[in-house]
Amino acid sequence: MWEYTDKVKDHFLNPRNVGEIENPDGVGEVGSIACGDALRLTFKLDENKRIKEAKFKTFGCASAIASASALTEMIKGLTLEEAKKITNQDIARYLGGLPDEKMHCSVMGRQALEKAIDYYEGKVYTQEEGTIVCECFGVTEEEIERAIKENNLSTVEEVTNYTKAGGGCGNCRGRIEEILERLRGQVKAGDKKKLSNLQKIRLIEETIEREIRPSLKKDGGDIELVDIVGNRVIVATRGACATCNAAGITLKHFVERRLKEVVSSDIVVEEAENENNISR
Amino acid sequence: MKTIYLDNNATTKVSEEVLAEILPYFSEFYGNPSSMHTFGGQVATKIKEARQQVAALIGASPDEIIFTSCGTESDNTAIRSALLANPNKKHIVTSRVEHPAVLALVSHLSTLGYRITELPVNKEGLLDLELLRRSITADTAIVSLMWANNETGVIFPVEEAAEIAHEKGVLFHTDAVQAVGKIPIDMKRNVIDMLSLSGHKLHAPKGVGALYVRRGTKFAPFLIGGHQEKGRRSGTENVPGIIGLGKACELAAANMEKENTYVRRLRDRLEQGLLSRIPRCKINGHLEKRLPNTTNISFEYVEGEAILLLLNEWGICASSGSACTSGSLQPSHVLRAMGVPFTMAHGSIRFSLSIYNTEEEIDFVLDKMPTIISRLREMSPYWQQVESCEYMS
Repeated sequence: MWEYTDKVKDHFLNPRNVGEIENPDGVGEVGSIACGDALRLTFKLDENKRIKEAKFKTFGCASAIASASALTEMIKGLTLEEAKKITNQDIARYLGGLPDEKMHCSVMGRQALEKAIDYYEGKVYTQEEGTIVCECFGVTEEEIERAIKENNLSTVEEVTNYTKAGGGCGNCRGRIEEILERLRGQVKAGDKKKLSNLQKIRLIEETIEREIRPSLKKDGGDIELVDIVGNRVIVATRGACATCNAAGITLKHFVERRLKEVVSSDIVVEEAENENNISR
Repeated sequence: MKTIYLDNNATTKVSEEVLAEILPYFSEFYGNPSSMHTFGGQVATKIKEARQQVAALIGASPDEIIFTSCGTESDNTAIRSALLANPNKKHIVTSRVEHPAVLALVSHLSTLGYRITELPVNKEGLLDLELLRRSITADTAIVSLMWANNETGVIFPVEEAAEIAHEKGVLFHTDAVQAVGKIPIDMKRNVIDMLSLSGHKLHAPKGVGALYVRRGTKFAPFLIGGHQEKGRRSGTENVPGIIGLGKACELAAANMEKENTYVRRLRDRLEQGLLSRIPRCKINGHLEKRLPNTTNISFEYVEGEAILLLLNEWGICASSGSACTSGSLQPSHVLRAMGVPFTMAHGSIRFSLSIYNTEEEIDFVLDKMPTIISRLREMSPYWQQVESCEYMS
């Protein structure tokens, strides 16, 4: 059984904006029947160039239907510039989260939106751009790279969850691993040095909020960011973590390692003192 | 909400009679059947009775029954035993539509140097026995073919297949987990060497199974330890499970006719009802060579998980071979092996019935299903195209 949030169930059982707009300003179609899910998104703009109406048709599972329904609600009233900023994470968040194996449904939503906007702006699609990596699901290198960057993916399995690539015959898993390794290298070599102090603080906050806390919460734990002093990230443990003897290991091996990967290799995570921790 | 359980190939309800039989063996008669005292010895007597009950259902001798923990263990034991008995043979013949308990095992064995032949099936899910004959070589250690398919209910002619294997001097195993209790099986009338069965598919509890090993068959145990099951399967017996399996086999023998008349009629009522009420749907698998309780039906242009969740809203339990429910991103390996097109495979639903289902339940499903399908089709970007094409033609 899939674990769906109430919001996913609601959007699946009572989907909003099902259908197709006649003479739409934007049309975006992604997926295929062979892949097991497909989405056709249409929208119409008002006189101020804001999205007045959005409709969808979906062939797919509950989370595909819910993601499409959510997307149409999210983009109503937005300008195209605002709509372009919507990521697959935004769709998933709107739904209160999606199971890992279903993240590709949110990616499909984002892709359809992009195509619909491109359609309006007159961009012409010649086939999928770029080289196909996954033959089974027709996923290109660019799509995989983008999903890795936007969602901080680090394993082939995660890439499959988000893009379906590698989920068929499995022959391309080696290629996906190569792409992952290449991007890891890029992150290490480039991005990190350019961060300003403010950017660094934001990135730390964001990484903790978006990745680290949800993951700890799964096990009943939690942390809170107390302060950032230079490269020292000071956190307080909460929930199960506060009473857990292994929390120190979690902080070093999980929280610190992830922040080192994402923000800077100089990051050190420390636990705040004067907290009412029961043990240690 | 009332549960309408039409997923009996996944697991079944433990029947009241079986439950009553089992309960005293938890805290009243909890002795170890291997003990010397009467308190344990009486449990051994009960296990002996269960062994007779299981043997009787499939026309075997009690000493040919080895109790295991599940169908998967039985399958693993049988295939590994055949390989150990034939250390110089490195080839296994099976089919593409086997349960993962066999397919994942042979795929693992292929990494250890074994060569695997997976026989294809045709559109109706049937085997080509000539192909089987041709695929057996001097290097073949075992042929393992399922008796009935869990997804489609299609029945393989395993008795003939066993004859073919024996002509070439090769051991034959069948995964009969879905067949035992649903269709008559008589091991005295065939030459099958080993047969796997599972308790929870025939109203016994989960966690118990059995492996039939024909007398005289070379056998190597999978679990090694104590002397239980005459050293053929070590480990203290799952006493309540075994007693439950025995009782369930006795009941299955008594209900065999009901399974093939009453249950078959309900299944046909469901199937015919769906086919007549809903356009563009199709049964997967051969219509006659099939278990009486199973129907696998594809609804074109909709996705199975969505159907299941809408059925779930009404308390109706079924399964699907769609990608989203198969645990991978591709539809069921069985439907793919049968060449079911993607438009059909993603929207496949399996209903599997039992003697505990009623006509009212079937009619309830027939009442709900058309709305569910049309609701999803209206949402599907492909359906409109299909409909407009049909208007034109």
